[in-house]
Amino acid sequence: MTATETPAAQTPATDSPARETLTSPAGNPLGFGRMLRKEDVRFVRGQGHYVDDLVLPGMLHGAILRSSYAHARIVSIDTSAAEAHPKVKAVITGKILETLKLAWMPSLSGDVVAVLATDKVRFQGQEVAFVIAEDEYSARDALELIEVEYEPLPAVVDARRALDSDAPVIRDDLEGRTDNHIYDWEAGDAAACDEVFANAPVVVAQDIIYPRVHPAPMETCGTVAHMDKVTGKLTVWTTTQAPHAHRTVYALVAGLPEHKIQVISPDIGGGFGNKVGIYPGYVLAIVGSIVTGVPVKWMEDRSENLMSTSFARDYHMHGEIASTRDGKILGLRVNVLADHGAFNGVAQPTKFPAGFFHVFTGSYDYPAAHCKVTAVYTNKALGGVAYACSFRITEAVYLVERMVDCLAFELGMDPAALRMKNLLRPEQFPYTSPTGWEYDSGEYPRALAEAMRIAGYDELRAEQSRRREDAKKPGADPAALLMGVGVSFFTEAVGAGPRKHMDILGLGMADGCELRLHPTGKAQLRLSVQTQGQGHETTFAQIVSHVIGIPPEDIEVIHGDTDNTPFGLGTYGSRSTPVSGAAAAVAAQRIKEKARVIAAAALECSVDDLEWEHGRWFVKGDPSQGKTIAEIAMAAHSSLELPEGVEGHLDASVVYNPPNLTYPFGAYICVVDVDPQTGAVKVRRFIAVDDCGPRINPMIVEGQVHGGLADGVGMALMEVIAFDSDGNNLGGSFMDYLLPTSMECPSWELGETVTPSPHHPIGVKGVGESATVGSPPAVVNAVLDALQIRAADMPFTPAATWRALQGRPLRPDLAIE
Amino acid sequence: MQVPAPFTYERAGSVDEALSLLGRYGPEARLVAGGHSLIPMMKLRLARPEALIDINGLAELDYIRVDGDHLAIGALTRHASVLDSPVLREHYRIFAEAERVIADPLVRNRGTVGGSLCQADPSEDLSAVFAALRGEVVVRSASGTRRVALREFHVGPYETAVGDGEILVEVRVPIRTSVGSAYEKVERRAGDWSIAAVGAFVVLDGDVISDVGIGITAVGAEHFTCQAAEELLLGSSVQDALVETAAATCAAACNPSVDQRGPEDYKRHLVSVLASRALHRSISAARGEVA
Repeated sequence: MTATETPAAQTPATDSPARETLTSPAGNPLGFGRMLRKEDVRFVRGQGHYVDDLVLPGMLHGAILRSSYAHARIVSIDTSAAEAHPKVKAVITGKILETLKLAWMPSLSGDVVAVLATDKVRFQGQEVAFVIAEDEYSARDALELIEVEYEPLPAVVDARRALDSDAPVIRDDLEGRTDNHIYDWEAGDAAACDEVFANAPVVVAQDIIYPRVHPAPMETCGTVAHMDKVTGKLTVWTTTQAPHAHRTVYALVAGLPEHKIQVISPDIGGGFGNKVGIYPGYVLAIVGSIVTGVPVKWMEDRSENLMSTSFARDYHMHGEIASTRDGKILGLRVNVLADHGAFNGVAQPTKFPAGFFHVFTGSYDYPAAHCKVTAVYTNKALGGVAYACSFRITEAVYLVERMVDCLAFELGMDPAALRMKNLLRPEQFPYTSPTGWEYDSGEYPRALAEAMRIAGYDELRAEQSRRREDAKKPGADPAALLMGVGVSFFTEAVGAGPRKHMDILGLGMADGCELRLHPTGKAQLRLSVQTQGQGHETTFAQIVSHVIGIPPEDIEVIHGDTDNTPFGLGTYGSRSTPVSGAAAAVAAQRIKEKARVIAAAALECSVDDLEWEHGRWFVKGDPSQGKTIAEIAMAAHSSLELPEGVEGHLDASVVYNPPNLTYPFGAYICVVDVDPQTGAVKVRRFIAVDDCGPRINPMIVEGQVHGGLADGVGMALMEVIAFDSDGNNLGGSFMDYLLPTSMECPSWELGETVTPSPHHPIGVKGVGESATVGSPPAVVNAVLDALQIRAADMPFTPAATWRALQGRPLRPDLAIE
Repeated sequence: MQVPAPFTYERAGSVDEALSLLGRYGPEARLVAGGHSLIPMMKLRLARPEALIDINGLAELDYIRVDGDHLAIGALTRHASVLDSPVLREHYRIFAEAERVIADPLVRNRGTVGGSLCQADPSEDLSAVFAALRGEVVVRSASGTRRVALREFHVGPYETAVGDGEILVEVRVPIRTSVGSAYEKVERRAGDWSIAAVGAFVVLDGDVISDVGIGITAVGAEHFTCQAAEELLLGSSVQDALVETAAATCAAACNPSVDQRGPEDYKRHLVSVLASRALHRSISAARGEVA
């Protein structure tokens, strides 16, 4: 792959990066720059069209009966009363699915998942029966008419007890299974690491929990399925981040002919990883349509979304960091106990059972690293999806950024200074990490220095010292707020990925793109990736505009419909811009080169005589002799005689196989004030310096960062799904699973540096998950800095903060006792 | 979509009509005003009324006024009106301080004073406010009206003295002079229910506490108050140590349940902190000091 565009030149951190200044007739930038999102015209008018908006003639409605137990044997299911409901058309149970060989479906990680429970229920909220009725109300009413007799079993709730010899075996459906162990996996050099640790002057060990959280998109998951009995075509409107992958999976699993399956992902109200996988409800809607012969809609409610769809995180980590006495880090190792729930349904590339967790060495320069991950089954919902986590990089960054702070605490060093001392230096790039990742580009010290400059870091530390001195004086106010400053530095690895290394269910992670110029110079760009709010319809138009100079408003971005877009693996893991964005750029570059040939024919000159500027090929030395892309598009479709071997029209089709991941990075600083008496935490300031390479639309980037920072505040301060000792889900509604509001968020202070990716055609890196990855440790480090204690686990609710201050921290994953 | 079990819907145009509808549908009928507690419970099918009688049209119950030596608040008064009321603000700052942290603007625009009290959630902020102020409620039935002291109003979680065929129509609070009041609440997030909250008013006669009220919510305080702490303070001159003792009395007297908002030791501790702060700020306000 040869890039014909030169990435934007690197610029000093304090300057704004080079921007294209030309504007379109509509006032939009021709290429990169701020412009309002094209899709917002419909969203702000309430004219978005989501799965639940779809109404088809004769459509029926499905509802799922769910288990109230976390672990129980099903003795019997009596559906007769539900079937007798006058508006019920069908009731489907696991027994019926067994006859269709559809009671179980493959997970994304080599396991099987129950579509409807047949033998046992394995988590509270698991799917037990499916009612299809004339309307949604009747379907829900009929759920109450189904009688299920359960024989309750003891539940495995605490992941740390899952491997106990007396723990109940959750997956006795699997042949020969006698325990709850899923896998052991490791990366790095254990022996070399042991040697470094044995000789290190300083070693700090710490247990760290990244508790179970949920993506909680605004729109819950759902599907409308329509099997047309006459044509044999199955159309599935569904909430998916990966429509093409879903189509292929349906074909493989159900034996349906793939050319007769159309998956349509209309407007999607947020994904965050929640909509990568295939849920039982999707399959049940399809089965329901096949059984009834009419369209069937299934749309889950909020509690169903929180209780049964894929969670994220749930990593119990034991980290150890080694250093010299003056703070030069020598090594990092970690043992992880991963709670995968009742089925191993983790969504990540096949060869990476713990995702990209082994990028945990982070942004620092040291040779010794090793990690071991042990995954276990528990009686909880399945998952381990990317909740804006880039395949477990959230956990990895949290681990290293907490461990660095623990080290700073023990050494009595300033955490920013400790980081600055150990950050990778620019001359080390491209850098191969101890666990084998090749970081493409980075200027880390510059980003940290910029964050410290914006924060006024030294003044903040001076204020903190003053306050701490005041608090020691006689008569000091015991309610005086404790000020904390937290630092984090993250490196992301996004844009999965090179197909020789990365696949999901055997499907390589390359993405297609088609760019078609119409005779009048307007364009259609067809993408394999699917926006869920990221602004693809704008950003991708700007990429094409950047390369061929036509206005972004003249480029229609088409996505989310497998019949009308090329194959690709979808949007998650911040991969759209690194992969599909590259595909779009390359397609545009091919159009530009073909346009040159056609322009030469039209101008009756050699291609070598032509120069390019601002969307126009012109004759060197005679700028008046030239053709715009629009003129060339017309010529390409006209009777103009083209050179031998050159086809007409102006289209390009590309499949982009990324040569490497891209490595965006950033430096975050959080300032908090903690009420020592109530434990209430207030985020006073948050400074985020992100480097994602050149910014295609800075406004969209900033919006992504804002959202991710709010996510981070949520996870650090309130978001958690805990379970009681019976396995009851304690986060099953938005009364219990708390998302942050504007009241908890400060006015974000953003900065940027620009370090282009050397291997991406336009140098960009992806930013969708950066802030979610980078911000939780900054907030947590700030809270702990305020409390002047080394460690405690998030979320720092008032109770958790107060108990941490008392030296009796709470376990976030279990019910409070 | 979470959907309620089937129910009948009626709309009342007057209190009399609402009473007659209550008579017609019997004890399985529920009044609905703002609906921000009842309807979510119905959608979860935790509440399954056979009939809903919508009283949102009863403009006659939407008022805040001075009625002699009392403040009178109509049952259909929205939280937002309480928050913004100059009359209430003039007499008791506790109203605005509590309302500012009740739920969010969307809920405050719909939720009502009467609905909040009758829902009788053990974490209801207004229950603590009116318990602190020693308010009383006016309850109407077909046979007439009766008054119930707020401290006798709650008979259990989600249970009140309002009987079948009755409607709470008004809440009344005595007007006091030389009074200061305050509300202190800690929540996990804006809009969440309290982990604990304490409201107070103090009337000063010189340096002597001549009247005092304490309201406590979300921690199982009997009648949303702590009479022992009030008695400790009443008639005493203001001393920091006494306030701390009263706050500790509140903490000891409450009966917090353990849940994801916090363990028992934290909740008790929080009650003492918030009681102390509410009392101190009430005293300062009674002295005319700017908070």
